[in-house]
Amino acid sequence: MTRAIIGYGGTDRGPVGARADMTTDLAGIELPSPILTASGCAASGKELDAYFDITAIGGVITKSIMLKPRAGRATPRMAETPSGMLNSIGLQGPGIEAFIEEDLAWLESRGARTIVSIAGETVDEYGKLAQKLRNVGGFEALEVNISCPNVDDRGLVFACNPDSAAAVIQAVRRNSDGRTPIFAKLSPDVTSIVEIAESVVRAGAAGVTLINTLLGMVIDTGTMRPALAGLTGGLSGPAIRPVAVRCIFQVRQAFPSLPIIGAGGVRTGNDALEFLLAGASAVSVGTSIFNDPSAPMRIHDELARLVAERGFARVSDIVGHAHRERDAIVTEAQADPVESPEGAPASDPDDELSAWDFVRE
Amino acid sequence: MPHQVMGEALDVRRAGSYFVLSLTAPGISEDARPGQFVTVAIGGLESSMLLRRAFAIHRVQSRGVYGGTLEIAVSPHGLGSRWLTERRRHDQLSIVGPLGKPFSIPSRRVSCVLVGGGYGSAPLFMLAEHLRDNGCRVDVLIGASTEEKLFGVLDLKRLSSSITVTTEDGSSGETGRVTDRLAELIDRSSADIVYACGPMGMLSAISAITAKRRVFTQCSVEESMACGIGVCMTCVLPVIGDDGVTRMVRSCVEGPTMRGDRVRWADVGTIPADAWGAAEAP
Repeated sequence: MTRAIIGYGGTDRGPVGARADMTTDLAGIELPSPILTASGCAASGKELDAYFDITAIGGVITKSIMLKPRAGRATPRMAETPSGMLNSIGLQGPGIEAFIEEDLAWLESRGARTIVSIAGETVDEYGKLAQKLRNVGGFEALEVNISCPNVDDRGLVFACNPDSAAAVIQAVRRNSDGRTPIFAKLSPDVTSIVEIAESVVRAGAAGVTLINTLLGMVIDTGTMRPALAGLTGGLSGPAIRPVAVRCIFQVRQAFPSLPIIGAGGVRTGNDALEFLLAGASAVSVGTSIFNDPSAPMRIHDELARLVAERGFARVSDIVGHAHRERDAIVTEAQADPVESPEGAPASDPDDELSAWDFVRE
Repeated sequence: MPHQVMGEALDVRRAGSYFVLSLTAPGISEDARPGQFVTVAIGGLESSMLLRRAFAIHRVQSRGVYGGTLEIAVSPHGLGSRWLTERRRHDQLSIVGPLGKPFSIPSRRVSCVLVGGGYGSAPLFMLAEHLRDNGCRVDVLIGASTEEKLFGVLDLKRLSSSITVTTEDGSSGETGRVTDRLAELIDRSSADIVYACGPMGMLSAISAITAKRRVFTQCSVEESMACGIGVCMTCVLPVIGDDGVTRMVRSCVEGPTMRGDRVRWADVGTIPADAWGAAEAP
C-alpha cells in the first residue's frame, strides 16, 4: 500500500534531533505514544490510515457509537469560526452491532490500539452498550461521551449534572468486565469541572477526557438565520485550547494521580506539550485532522523532540510539570542549577533556564 | 490512494468572474481522474481558517517543466477563496488529493451530453477529453446567470461536437437556463449519458428531465465539507442505495459524482423520515 507523504504536506521535517521516549502509561494501558485521535474526528481510523500509519501513534478513539443506526442531524452541519468550527452532526453512525463487526474488527486486524467511545440517550442505553462490548474485546479502554451537546434529550446533558454523570458511569462499570478502564469525557460547559470529575471518579471512572466541545452558535448575516440546521453546535479547534488547558490543570490539581486524556484544539507538538505540562497523560488530536490529515503523526514527532529539548528522557516525566513548586531563583552570583528532572543531562544553568522559558512564537 | 503534498503556485489568472490557479502537485496530477477533487489549506499552521477548501480538478498535466501540475477554478466569494486568488508564483500550498469518486466512464462508444452551470464546467474539461479519447460523442451545454459567470466556453468548444451556451440575462448565447435546452439536446444527439456539474438546484432539475427520458445521469454534487476525506460526516445527503434504502451518505467519499436518479434532491438538507437511522416519529 502506498501511503501519503507525511507532514503538513511537506518534506520539511527538519533535522533529526534527540527524541524522548514516547511510551505512555494511561490508566494501566501501555501506549507507544501519548498522541491519540479524538472521538468524532477520525471516524474509525480507516480513512486516516491512508495518510499515516495509525499503529504508530498511541491509538484511535473512535467516533461515539450508539445502540442503533443513526442518521444524525440535517445539513448544514458545520460552520467555520475563528480558529475553529461549529459542528452539529448528531452522532450519525451505524449502531453498535455494525460497529463491532466492521469497524472494531478492522482496527483489530490492523493492529491499532483502540479506545471505543460510546454515547447514549438514557442511562440504560449506556449500560447496554457496555454489555455488548463486554465480551468482544479488541479495544483497550472505553470513553464514555456524556457531554455531547448535539443530542436532543429533552435538554438534558448528562455531563452537566454530577448525579446523572455518575449514574452513566455506574451503569457502564456494572456492565463492563471491571478490567477495561473507563474514561468519562467531560463537558467544559459547567460551573465546576472538578465537581463533575470527582463525581465520575467516585462512580468508577479510571480517568477523564478533558474536554468535549463548547456549545456555540453562528448566525449567517447574509441569510439572517442560524448557520446550522440544528441551530447550535459544538465549538472545537484551537479557539478552545486555553479552556482545555484550564480544565486539565484544575482537575490535575484536585486529583494529582487521576489519568487525563487532554483534548481541545491541539494543532502542534507544542500544543500537546502544553496539555502534558497541565497534567494530561495522553493528548487527542481532533479538529486539526480536518486541516492536516496526518496531524497526529506530525504532532507525535514534534512532541518527541520538544520533550527531549527540555532535558526529559521520557514523555511521561513531563506530565504535570507545570504544577511543580516554584523553581529556585537563580542569581548571577549564585548560579546553582535550576530544578533538574531525574536523568536529565547536567548542563549549563543558563541553557536550562532558556529552555524552560520557552516562548511560543 | 490520496496524497498529501506541498505544492507551489505557478500562475493565477482571471477567467471572467473566476480565477484559474495552476499548482504543482506531485503525485496528485498523475493519479487524478475526471470528477475528482483536491482540498487546499488556507495559510499555514498558524492560520485561523482551519478548514481546507475543496475544488474540482479542472485540468492536469503529468509531465512538463514542473513535473505534475494541476489547475483548479476558484470563485472568490469568501475569505479563504479570496486568499487563494491572491497567491503569487512560488507560494507554497498544502494540497490533498485526488479525492472522491471519479465520473464513471462508459466502456462503449456512446453519445454523452455534458452540462455545466457557472464554474461547474471546470471538471468537465478532463471528462470531455477522456470521453473523446474513448471514441464517445461529446456535446456540451453550459450556462450561467450572465456572461462573466460562464467558464471555459472557448476551450470546451474545441473538445466537443457541439456547444450550447445559455445565460439568464441573454448576455451570451441563448437567453434562459441549461434546463430549457437539455431535452432538445438529448434528442438531437441521441444521448446515452448525461454528466452534470453545478449548483444543486440545477442538478435536481437536470435529473428530473433525464429521468423522464430514461437517460443515465451522473451529477457532481456540491455540499459544504469540513475534511474532504470521509471522517467528519458534514457533507452528507440522502441517497437511495442499490437495496432501495435511503442513507445519509458522504459526498466526499461516496461522491462527489452520484447517479442523478439516486439522490433525493427534494430532501437535500433534511433527514427523510424513512432514511436509515432516522429518528423514530414521536
